[in-house]
Amino acid sequence: MPGRLRIVLQAAAVLVVALLLALLGWQVFQKDNEPDLGRPAPNFTLPHLNSEEEVSLASFRGKAVVLNFWASWCGPCKDEAPLLESAWNRYKDKGVVVLGVDAQDFDVDAQRFVDRAGITYPIVRDKHGSTLGHYGVTGFPETWFIDAQGRIVGEHVAGPLTEDDLERNIKIALGEPA
Amino acid sequence: MTRTLLALLGVALAVVAPAAASEQSPTLPELERELICPTCHETLAASSSPIAQRMRAFIRARIAAGDTKSEIKNKLVDQFGESVLAAPPKSGFNLLAWVLPLAGIVLAAAVVGFLAYRWSRGRAAEDEEEAVGPPAHGRFTLDPELERRLDEELARYDA
Repeated sequence: MPGRLRIVLQAAAVLVVALLLALLGWQVFQKDNEPDLGRPAPNFTLPHLNSEEEVSLASFRGKAVVLNFWASWCGPCKDEAPLLESAWNRYKDKGVVVLGVDAQDFDVDAQRFVDRAGITYPIVRDKHGSTLGHYGVTGFPETWFIDAQGRIVGEHVAGPLTEDDLERNIKIALGEPA
Repeated sequence: MTRTLLALLGVALAVVAPAAASEQSPTLPELERELICPTCHETLAASSSPIAQRMRAFIRARIAAGDTKSEIKNKLVDQFGESVLAAPPKSGFNLLAWVLPLAGIVLAAAVVGFLAYRWSRGRAAEDEEEAVGPPAHGRFTLDPELERRLDEELARYDA
């Protein structure tokens, strides 16, 4: 085999291996990256559960946001829904929004869940689960708190919330002494 | 000729008929193998997660309602996105996932064939160089220089 052809083939093989390694590295580092405390919360725009209206996280700038990830088939989500609804009713006039993100779920099941739990806070539907990776969500329920400047604050609660978790972190998000 | 054509037709029918039947009357086990549980990223057949169980119930209900396999899959894609399919659809950008491996195999076969051809030609040329001159009367002739040296050695030996 002529020397030039051999060099071209070797270079092509090295290039293919390098590309595969780069792809592997990209996949490893892209997945499930949690946002850092104090950093801007990753924005998203998703359809409202029971309408075609699009809801953007950025549209809540100026308010503290309780961002709750859930699904209708998740048992602990049923227990925590009344706490979130209660917090929404107590704090909605004080600059707090509870925003539910329903993912990996059937539309009808999510709507039935909302009706049964009497949820009145806004719920968006993430059909493809595109927000989960950006918030490092690995199960349901999980909750993040965002301040009026759109930054991640307080604790990332991976699992069902308690009343104390909610009160403490809402105060942090509002910039009040806990 | 007619027999061959009939045989080919029979083979084609044997392949196409079950696929058409599967499309019109899908079963739960085959759909379980072709769909992915969105929370655990395994096939439905291998998953017992709550959402996998809910998806099975949905599939049973749609089969009972008379939906085709494509209709059931499309409804699940509408709910969970294309990642719910175990194999990417054979259309649009996803077609690349089907075409690229085949193209890779064809390319690799072409490269191996080319290298084998070059290698066999190289070996033939080397063999020709090693066997100096064409065989004459079943014997190989010697290189003239080697023959001259051999004659000199033999003459010296005789002397």
